[in-house]
Amino acid sequence: MLASHTETLALREQFETPAQQKEASSLGMWIFLVTEVMFFSGMFLAYTVYRAAFSQVFSVASNTLNVVIGAVNTSVLICSSFTMVLAVHAAQIGSRKLLILFLILTMLLGGVFLGVKAYEWNQKFEEHHVPGPTFHLDGTTQQGQAQLFFSLYFAMTGVHALHMVVGVGILLTLLIQAFAGRYTAEYNTPIDIAGLYWHFVDIVWIFLFPLLYLIGRHHH
Amino acid sequence: MHEHIDSIKTYAVVFVALLFLTWTTTFVATIDLGPFNVVVALAIAVVKMMLVVLFFMHLRHSTILMKVVIGGGLMWLGILLLFSLADFGTRGWLPVPGK
Repeated sequence: MLASHTETLALREQFETPAQQKEASSLGMWIFLVTEVMFFSGMFLAYTVYRAAFSQVFSVASNTLNVVIGAVNTSVLICSSFTMVLAVHAAQIGSRKLLILFLILTMLLGGVFLGVKAYEWNQKFEEHHVPGPTFHLDGTTQQGQAQLFFSLYFAMTGVHALHMVVGVGILLTLLIQAFAGRYTAEYNTPIDIAGLYWHFVDIVWIFLFPLLYLIGRHHH
Repeated sequence: MHEHIDSIKTYAVVFVALLFLTWTTTFVATIDLGPFNVVVALAIAVVKMMLVVLFFMHLRHSTILMKVVIGGGLMWLGILLLFSLADFGTRGWLPVPGK
């Protein structure tokens, strides 16, 4: 039983097969992602309850967001998911060059998304759409309800952006390791697992985009 | 180890579908469908989520255990949403003293 196999990155002592080890890692990541689903759902729930209660003001507030920028940024994030899955594919076929290329592209697209987000937030400060003493939204007398929309907007897009920053950090770590030649066709689990995380963050935005940007468009 | 490797073509088709659905949801939002605007928007978002989960996150090649874990997670999500919305949705129904 002792030293039944030589330990490698792909097959640690405690596992029977590399497939079993990879399965254990994926399962762990999925369980973490389920907790993330619950975490974000708390905010989605708060949004749903307040939107049902104050739907008219939420429509007016939502219409102040720039839908073109929102749609373009959604597309940027979808592009980054595509390059991420290509990075995983490159790792699976053992191409270090392509892996490095697609990790860099994914990070760049993530950076573009965050840059656009920063621009949008800055606009909110200039338009006095940030909840606080100087808050003012045209088109409604219910300033409190309007502040609720923007509180949810900043909380949800803020936590989402924080996840993006963490994601870029993870990709940077993987990139450095990929440069060093750590990942091969036999062992690329961390690339795969990071991909799961990146796609999850994409999915959160897939729901945020219609709920924040599109709910009031038909009243325009 | 029998790892399933998808073709780049499969990923490209899913990628184009995701971009198309993004355009669709943005366009449909400008048409007044009454209460169905939000239904359509969420339906499209769910389809996009399924595309990402099944293809980009490789769930369609995953084991039963993985699917059960995710299904379990979604069940808890359902409990969170259903019970909370049942609470908020019915608060005005009964004249409860001290409410």
